Order: sequence, then structure tokens, then C-alpha cells
Amino acid sequence: MPTATTAPTDLKSLTKQMRLDIIRMIEAAGNGHPGGSLSIIDILAVLYWKFLKHDPKNPDLEARDRFILSKGHACPALYAVMAYRGYFPKADLMNLRKLGSPLQGHPDRLRLPGIEFSTGSLGQGLSVGLGMACAAKLDKRDWKTVVVLGDGELQEGQCWEAFMAAPKFKLDNLIAIVDFNNGQIDGPVKEVMDINPLTDKLRAFNWEVQAIDGHDLGAIEKALAKAWAAKDGRPQVIVADTVKGKGVSFMEHNIAWHGNAPKKDDADKACTEITNGF
Amino acid sequence: MASKATRESFGETILELAATNENLVVLDADLSKSTMTQPFMKKYPARHFEMGIAEQNMIGVAAGLALSGKIPVLTSFACFLIGRVESIRVSAAYNQTNMKLVGTHAGIGIGEDGTSQMGLEDVAAMRALPHMTILQPADHAETQQAVRWMIEHKGPVYLRLTRQKMPDVHGPDYKWQPNKIDVIYEPAKKPAKYQATIIASGGPVPHAVEAAKLLEAKGFAVRVANASTLLPFDAETVCRLAADSQRIVAVEDHNVHGGLGSAVCEAIAEAGISCPVVRVGLRSFGESATPEQLYEKYGLTAPSIAEACLKNPA
Repeated sequence: MPTATTAPTDLKSLTKQMRLDIIRMIEAAGNGHPGGSLSIIDILAVLYWKFLKHDPKNPDLEARDRFILSKGHACPALYAVMAYRGYFPKADLMNLRKLGSPLQGHPDRLRLPGIEFSTGSLGQGLSVGLGMACAAKLDKRDWKTVVVLGDGELQEGQCWEAFMAAPKFKLDNLIAIVDFNNGQIDGPVKEVMDINPLTDKLRAFNWEVQAIDGHDLGAIEKALAKAWAAKDGRPQVIVADTVKGKGVSFMEHNIAWHGNAPKKDDADKACTEITNGF
Repeated sequence: MASKATRESFGETILELAATNENLVVLDADLSKSTMTQPFMKKYPARHFEMGIAEQNMIGVAAGLALSGKIPVLTSFACFLIGRVESIRVSAAYNQTNMKLVGTHAGIGIGEDGTSQMGLEDVAAMRALPHMTILQPADHAETQQAVRWMIEHKGPVYLRLTRQKMPDVHGPDYKWQPNKIDVIYEPAKKPAKYQATIIASGGPVPHAVEAAKLLEAKGFAVRVANASTLLPFDAETVCRLAADSQRIVAVEDHNVHGGLGSAVCEAIAEAGISCPVVRVGLRSFGESATPEQLYEKYGLTAPSIAEACLKNPA
């Protein structure tokens, strides 16, 4: 079993609360990326409460598992998770994107302890995760490296260089999660530049592939447990079918909310919806 | 006079350091025979990562290794590394990872392979990256010491190396210092004001020394300084040299825009000193020919450099 830090009392209600924070922090910032943040929050919640070995009081803990948010623009979700896990006070979330704030518009490892790698330029995170996984193998350490990628991000050639390389180095300690929300700035991923058939491509690249509903906490947990247990030398990828803007009806599947902040009215409306459950 | 390409000196030194530094790892992109990391690959296979012809991924993987306590040294031709400058910007510079980027085959000095294999703009791009250090040693002794320093130094470093053999410009007791431009040739008679001070880097350094000797024989006092660290740039020494020179001649096997010549101009202009600067280097792409023919055609041999010392910029 993976080393869970603290067992959550109720992960579902936590994800609800963190969705509210995502909306409010982006509203306060005046800009940011709600759509892709809402599509990964369930995945991050399961990771940070049930799988990643980490210590918010000692972010450099040598034995920690490494997490990279390669789709860095979705950092409001990561910041919410980190605040709730105790990396910094929840009140700091309202400083997102403000002058001097450690909560940069895209994650910055040198400003915010607990961030493993500063991302924002899509396509680089999986390569870096691969390097971390290689280091763990070299030093015979058992910590894992987990990388969350966007689906549009997979249009970057560097991702496929990394997908090609990981099996060569037998990195069964590397877990990639694709947030397949089918939205990117210029439109639906399948129209902008289709990445399908994705699971076939990943299998052809010799990865162990699981396809799941990325908002089903139980399914996420099951898939991660399987990936965590891998010992056969195969790198692990989970293709998570997600909804951009998940939890807010007028944001769901609506590309207009990829990189737009809600004004107060919309934010209030979104929060009411989230509070009333979905 | 011993003669060794700086890429060879690098390969030997890395191999030597690997014996005592377990954290040193090497990454290659299918060019280890040319970048001289094959001996390392053979001796330390577990610490060698052959990444195939995929430089961007190699840069990212090096970042991950560095963030996990390793000291990754990645190699390719200078031109292929600089083609991935955005990966370098984020994975090396912005993240301040302790990776060492080694770009060999600098400049037209590679000869027959031609323009697509020549690193001619790499220094310009690397100079614009915060937290980056750029080293360009000119001979064996300097390369050995620069490589040793590079591995000890914490932070991203770009090391620019030659394909062609480089004669020793330093004596056996030479002590290399980082971040310093140092005078390597003085005319026998020190003048009140030099006809010119040549500041050279990399491949053209021995030619610059020859040029100074040619001019000395004709009665002109010219000294030569070697810029082996291009970033951070030793502007203080440039200004000190400019103070008693009729002109500064900057010589590099690289495009003059953004390279050593630009750095010299910036140093002098920002200090408010009045001293003409002649920039000798490329203002175009290169082409195929022998290295010697190309150095002659593009003005990097002693007679051309000597000529540049006698006139102000057009």
C-alpha cells in the first residue's frame, strides 16, 4: 500500500470546498484558468491525500514522492490542495498572481516550497519527471514520480520524446496522468489537433495504460493503486476522461472558461452551484 | 606545442572526475563519438543516458536528474542545443537546475559539414538567460580547469567547445580563473597606449596571438586578452584594457550580434568610456570548406585580425 499521509474524513466534501477556493482565488486574481483547474482537482485530491508521501513541514524530505504539474496553468487546483494540506495558510490563496506572492500565475519552485518544478511552458514536465524517476532507479530509492499533463499539451513533440524514452529506462516508478478534458484555447482538442487514438498510441509506446473517469474518486484511487504497485519495468499512464470546468454548469465544456476569471456575479453563481452539489 | 581539441580535453576531464564524483552523470543525443563522452559511456554505463536524437527531452531529463541530486552533463553540437533554447530557458535557467550543457562543434571551425552543423548564434541566445554561466576555454589546460570548476559550481553552465585542435596558449603553470578576462600576450615593449587590444574567445584565440606578433614585428604594440567566461562578463577588465588602447578588437567564431563583440560594446558603452570597438566574427551563416579556408575567408586568421587592429570600425 502507498503511504497515505493523513486519511481524509471526507474527500468528496474536500474537493467541493477546494472547487470553491479555485473560483474565489481566480476571481480575486482577476485572471487565471478555472476550466483546467476544475478538471484536475479530483485527481490531485486523491493523489495528495491518499498516495503521495510528502511532508508540508519538510517539503525537501528526501524520501518524498515527486509531483509535477506539467500543465502549469491549472495551478489554482494545486495551490488549493497545498493550502489544505498545510503548505501555507488558506488565506494566502487570495494572493494568487499578486506582486510578491509565492503563488505565481504558473507554479514556481523557487518561490513556493513544495513545487518540484516550475512549469507553464507545456511539454517539459514529463521529461523532467523521467529524469527524477531515473535518479530514483540509479540510487535504488522507492519514491515515485507523478506527472499530470494536459491533453492539448500532448501536441508538443517533447512529450512523445519522453513517452518514447521512459520504457527504455524501465521506469515503472513513473506515473503520467493525462487530464483529457478535450479543451484548449483555440477550441476542442479533436478539432485543433486531434491526439486520438490516445490510449492506442500510448500502448504502442510501451506504456501500461489505464483509462478512467477522472472525476470518480474511487476509480482514480483504484487506478493509482494499480500504477503504484507496478514492478514490471513498464511506465504507467492513466488517461483520465474529465470535464473542463467540472462542477459549474456554465463553465463545463465551455472553452471560454479556459483562461477567463469569473467576475463577482459569475463567481457567486458558480459557488452556489458547487455548494449545492453536482 | 601540444594540440588538442577542447572537446577532447573535456571528454578526458569528465572521465577523470567521474572516478571520484558519483553524482556525475552524462546524457547524450546520439553524438557521443563526436562530443567525446564515449569513454565515459563505456566506463560508467549505469551513469550514462543515451537519449537518442531528442535534445528537448534530454534537457528535461537532465533537469529532473539535477533536481534529484545528480550533476548531469549533457552534450550535443552547439547548434542543436540552441535549437532547444526554450527548453533550456525553463528547464535549466528558470528552474536554476544544476545541469551542465556542453555544446561542441562551435563555429565555422568545424569546416566541411557546413552551416547547419555550426553553432554560430548559441552564445547570443545563452547570454540572454538569467542564472546562466557561459564558458569558452581556448586550450587544453584551460578546458581541464574550466570543466573541473563547472562540475563544482552550483547552477546551469553552458560550455562551448571546438571540434578543431587548439594549440596551447597557456604555459604549464597556468591557473585559470572563472569570470575573468586575462591578458595572455603582451608586446615586449609596453607602450603608453596600445595600437589595439584584442579580446578573443575560443577558436580564434591562437590566431589573435599570431596577429599581435605580426604587428609587433612591424612596430605596433598590440596585446591579447582571452575571454574564457562570456557570462557573467568581466566588463571591468574590458574597461581597464580600453583605457590605454586606441581600439578594442573583439574576435570570435560566432555571429558578432549578441556574442563577445556585443558584450564588449555593451561594457564600454555602459561605462561611458570612449574607445572604438572593431567586431571580428560572422555576420552571415557559414559554408562548407576546410576549417583553414573558412577562417581565412571569414577573417579569423592572423593577417585579417592584424588588419582589423590598424583601423577603426567603418
